[in-house]
Amino acid sequence: MPTSFKVNGQPRTLEVDPETPLLWAIRDELKLTGTKFGCGVALCGACTVHLDGEAVRSCQIQVRDVASRNVETIEGIKGNVAAAVQAAWIRLDVAQCGYCQSGQVMSAVGLLSQIPKPTDDDINKAMDGNVCRCATYQRIRAAIHEAAKTISG
Amino acid sequence: MVHKRIRSFAPVLVAIIAVMAAASAVSVSKNQITPANAQTAPATPLKTEAPENAAAKSDDGALFKPVAAVLRHPRCMNCHPRDDHPRQGDDRHKHLQNIVRGPDGLGFVNARCNACHRDENNEYSGVPGAPTWHLAPLSQGWQGLNDADLCTTLIDEKRNGGKNIEALVEHMAHDKLVLWGWAPGGDRAPVSTPHPQFVTELKAWASAGAPCPKS
Repeated sequence: MPTSFKVNGQPRTLEVDPETPLLWAIRDELKLTGTKFGCGVALCGACTVHLDGEAVRSCQIQVRDVASRNVETIEGIKGNVAAAVQAAWIRLDVAQCGYCQSGQVMSAVGLLSQIPKPTDDDINKAMDGNVCRCATYQRIRAAIHEAAKTISG
Repeated sequence: MVHKRIRSFAPVLVAIIAVMAAASAVSVSKNQITPANAQTAPATPLKTEAPENAAAKSDDGALFKPVAAVLRHPRCMNCHPRDDHPRQGDDRHKHLQNIVRGPDGLGFVNARCNACHRDENNEYSGVPGAPTWHLAPLSQGWQGLNDADLCTTLIDEKRNGGKNIEALVEHMAHDKLVLWGWAPGGDRAPVSTPHPQFVTELKAWASAGAPCPKS
């Protein structure tokens, strides 16, 4: 049974089992491999994408859940918040191995889109589900604060 | 898809034993005379009344006790905290990943309940799910309450979303999120009391006018 939804603004229809995790539809069917598989059990955040503007774990969301909805991946994020986050990430050289960083960036954009000037406590709550085994957490926090300054002008 | 695998009896037995052990512990602690009490309350006799005899006195709210036993099960209690942290597991630890209540009981930014919990259990990952997965409001925080406070909190329409007793029974008999407690999937122990028995006990309590225990 086909399932239609938008990915990064483009209408897509997939002929896959509707129980397929969104992550595998994104990576294997749509070849958008920026979204990473980390744990598969909603514990690491590497697979974070936006569903109708909210961060979700694409390893848990199934294709049937996204019918007629809007999915945004690391390849498609745009706008002033995304630009500020990407610039801060590069300026502070946040990534180390980089594997978790697409999820980190998606969550950072999700946070700053709703809370433009987050406190450290906001960052703790919003980013705790994104694990980085290189422990780049301090740079992530600094980059979010820097992006917040850029956004607020 | 609802988890249909036939469960081994062992986890249920363990849960029953745990509940009995917990009940026993509460009973002991209630009757224990602390050194401080011993100085100011001489010769307070220990209550030795058997639970069965206590239950026979329905006018003291004993009909609520089997209801309370279900409400205290981790499958129910974990989402009725009296703080901002949902709990997980039979040991009721705080939800991993610093998950918090958020402004609407549905989580904080990036950590909304439905970022991971769907409308059904995920048998592959073990992440539980049911329709309208959310945290009970603070006004329905139950953790740590004694039977009397648990009962009065439950039936207070100002704190329970305006539900009268009939609506409470309906909620606990048919709400899909409540029913999840009896089909939690994964390795989670379901609520120990079978749901039909619980509903019978619930209706018996409701029919008696929903009396609350005094303590």
